Amino acid sequence: MTTKEYETYYVPAQSHWPIVGAVALFFIALGAGKYVSMLESGESSWGGWMLLAGLAMCIYMVYGWFSNVIQESMSGKYSHQMDNSFKQGMSWFIFSEVMFFAAFFGALLYARVFSVPWLDGAGNNFMTGEVLWPEFTATWPLIKTPDGTETTAMGWYGLPLLNTILLLTSSVTAHFAHVALEQDKRKQLKVWLGLTILLGLTFLFFQVEEYAHGYSEEMKLYLDSGIYGNTFYMLTGFHGMHVTLGTIMLIAVFFRVLKGHFTPKNHFAFQAASWYWHFVDVVWVLLFFFVYII
Amino acid sequence: MTTDVIQDTDHQHDEHHDHKMTGLKRWLYTTNHKDIGSMYLWFSFIMFLVGGAMAMVIRAELFQPGLQIIEPDFFNQMTTVHGLIMVFGAIMPAFTGLANWMIPMMVGAPDMALPRLNNWSFWILPFAFSILLMSFFIGGGAPNFGWTFYAPLSTTYSNGSTAFFVFAVHIMGISSIMGAINIVVTIMNMRAPGMTYMKMPLFVWTFFITAYLLIAVMPVLAGTVTMVLTDTYFGTSFFDAAGGGDPVMFQHIFWFFGHPEVYIMILPAFGIVSTTIPAFSRKPLFGYSSMVYATASIAFLSFIVWAHHMFTTGMPLFGELFFMYCTMLIAVPTGVKVFNWVATMWRGAISFETPMLFSLAFVILFTIGGFSGLMLAMTPVDFQYHDTYFVVAHFHYVLVTGALFSIYAGAYYWLPKWTGYMYDDALSKWHFWCSLISVNLLFFPMHFLGLAGMPRRIPDYALQFADFNKWVSIGGFAFGLSQLIFLAVVIKCIKGGKKAEAKPWDGAEGLEWTVPSPAPYHTFEKPPKID
Ligand code: HEM
Ligand SMILES: [Cu+2]
Repeated sequence: MTTKEYETYYVPAQSHWPIVGAVALFFIALGAGKYVSMLESGESSWGGWMLLAGLAMCIYMVYGWFSNVIQESMSGKYSHQMDNSFKQGMSWFIFSEVMFFAAFFGALLYARVFSVPWLDGAGNNFMTGEVLWPEFTATWPLIKTPDGTETTAMGWYGLPLLNTILLLTSSVTAHFAHVALEQDKRKQLKVWLGLTILLGLTFLFFQVEEYAHGYSEEMKLYLDSGIYGNTFYMLTGFHGMHVTLGTIMLIAVFFRVLKGHFTPKNHFAFQAASWYWHFVDVVWVLLFFFVYII
Repeated sequence: MTTDVIQDTDHQHDEHHDHKMTGLKRWLYTTNHKDIGSMYLWFSFIMFLVGGAMAMVIRAELFQPGLQIIEPDFFNQMTTVHGLIMVFGAIMPAFTGLANWMIPMMVGAPDMALPRLNNWSFWILPFAFSILLMSFFIGGGAPNFGWTFYAPLSTTYSNGSTAFFVFAVHIMGISSIMGAINIVVTIMNMRAPGMTYMKMPLFVWTFFITAYLLIAVMPVLAGTVTMVLTDTYFGTSFFDAAGGGDPVMFQHIFWFFGHPEVYIMILPAFGIVSTTIPAFSRKPLFGYSSMVYATASIAFLSFIVWAHHMFTTGMPLFGELFFMYCTMLIAVPTGVKVFNWVATMWRGAISFETPMLFSLAFVILFTIGGFSGLMLAMTPVDFQYHDTYFVVAHFHYVLVTGALFSIYAGAYYWLPKWTGYMYDDALSKWHFWCSLISVNLLFFPMHFLGLAGMPRRIPDYALQFADFNKWVSIGGFAFGLSQLIFLAVVIKCIKGGKKAEAKPWDGAEGLEWTVPSPAPYHTFEKPPKID
């Protein structure tokens, strides 16, 4: 018998964090539901407050839950097998995120390849074009919708290109940080990780700039400017939210590094954050290609 | 070194035996797969009764032609919420509950791989359904756009419930994804030494593949509802031609989730009957590895057939043909399965305990549902069947006599293991026979109604459909009542009865039967040896 086979799997005793998290999610969903429903009428409601309360609870839960996990990990309760569970769990979670983005990429491609040309009479849709919006001509980016809303397309040069370079670089620095950690070079680890975070924050800053530019009078590119604006903001917006989350993960990992956590062999949290970071990077590259370039 | 490890970990375990709480806290804070499995099963049964009550309202309204009891809008709310509850609240959680209870025991693991996450996956579900049900009381009523929430019904013409619906579905999705990740990781990482993939019980295999389907398509559902949300409240036009989108695009994205979803509800059923049929035929499962490959092929094919729900939307001809042939292709691996079940029973020493009765009914009645599916798969004839009661008959055969019957088979099979007592045999047979007769009275005539042209989701109908509808409604009420017998059986079985042995079924196989009945709170803290 090897040690591994007899290593007992750590099954945590009871925990109150999940139920706190469940209540938090309930508040978030119910609050957001109410808030969004009331948007049109403009009346104020309890929705927004409930949403905020839920979010606060959620942060409290994540903090408490993860602190527990970190304590358990630091006190050596976790086996190699446990580490594998975490790793596999994280990879499948990332896969589910990929599928979430796939839905929006699917919408983008469907609109480009099918619905927009069909509205202009492509395929067997001659009468659709004639009867519904005879004036409409299909273009991509769709800068004039069938009902006449006009907008401008966001070019790929300038900020988007800069952001691509920033994010690609940050993936490289994240990798260097990992190498440094594996070689137990703590100082370099801190430098590379810090750089990665800075690059992420700069990316977010420029993304906000770009949105401000889009929403300016000059460009008139709004979320509701037809299918081009829809896909543009939904894809970049969800990506931006994921970059934000990734940055927060990296910052948390950075603080743990400062505290002296992680060993060259045992650093799941670091790995999870860096996988997540590479994932947002890959999504960005796809985005850059499908949303901006072509 | 080795002995050190053993002593140390043994000590740890003694510790958390002491921590076992009682009362409400036990259930709220639990990390135990058996507790969580039981909660899933109870939750799903409660939801089944709630959704069932709505079905009774639907059948009461349809008992006679003309508007009898409820307003058309409320009728639509009933069909919508009935569908949502049965799919996401009854069938799926029941399977997750079985997975929680059985998979760790079947692969020889001490618990699910991520026990706290497991608790969270469960506890967010009741909250999601509270939000869904609360929408009856806040705003303009509950969702009334069908469980498929087609745009523009759910966007432009929504009654104001869309936001609550969307966020409730988001939570259900999170629950399913986290539950599925737990299942995948448990199976990949927690098998006892020696339990290779091809030695796993087929039950475990089917849940494994189902979990992958869930991880792949639930996020797509989340994307769909998000687009519905922004179309309704934030002025986007994903599903609105005026802004360059397309309502048909909704259907593509929805069914890309929706078709794998129906397999999510049937693959675990295959796993259950592949466990019970060998046990009561006293023969090993015929063609184990072909079952594994058939399950995997069905899962793969389920990704490329979605537009068979959309034959009448005016897709390009190539699309119609492609999706027709791919859909028919699914009949091949499905046929392999049915063949294997029958071959397992062939020359077996069969006995007809209640789990076996439900499994037999499953094989026959699910096959009827599969055949009507094949009929629907033919594009030209689907032009007539689409959106009629024929479709309703089809999916109730696969879901009620398919998925639900398999859940009953599994529940009766493992009840002795869960409670430590044998269930009341006579009562359980009443449950079976009443269900079997009433379910066919309920759903079989729907085929004829559909072929004759009765549309689905309509509170009123033409006079010539009156007779069949009367019988369907009677079958419906009888089926609804019969399910209460099951509740009685379960409660009786928990309270007591004949003591169950560790292995009450002489033909049963698998690690779960090597532990005592009722299964102790913690099992396989040290992995068993598999040869
Ligand atoms: C041989 C296998 C199957 C085939 C060929 C098949 C085919 C089809 C087709 C073509 C439709 C669309 C009918 C229409 O709307 O005109 C349909 C609907 C449906 N099927 Fe199946 N099916 C099969 C198995 C299943 C299984 C196993 C399930 C679930 C456990 C299922 C659940 C459903 C549901 C829920 C609908 C209706 C969805 C709705 O419009 O509300 N089917 N099926
Ligand atoms: Cu389908």
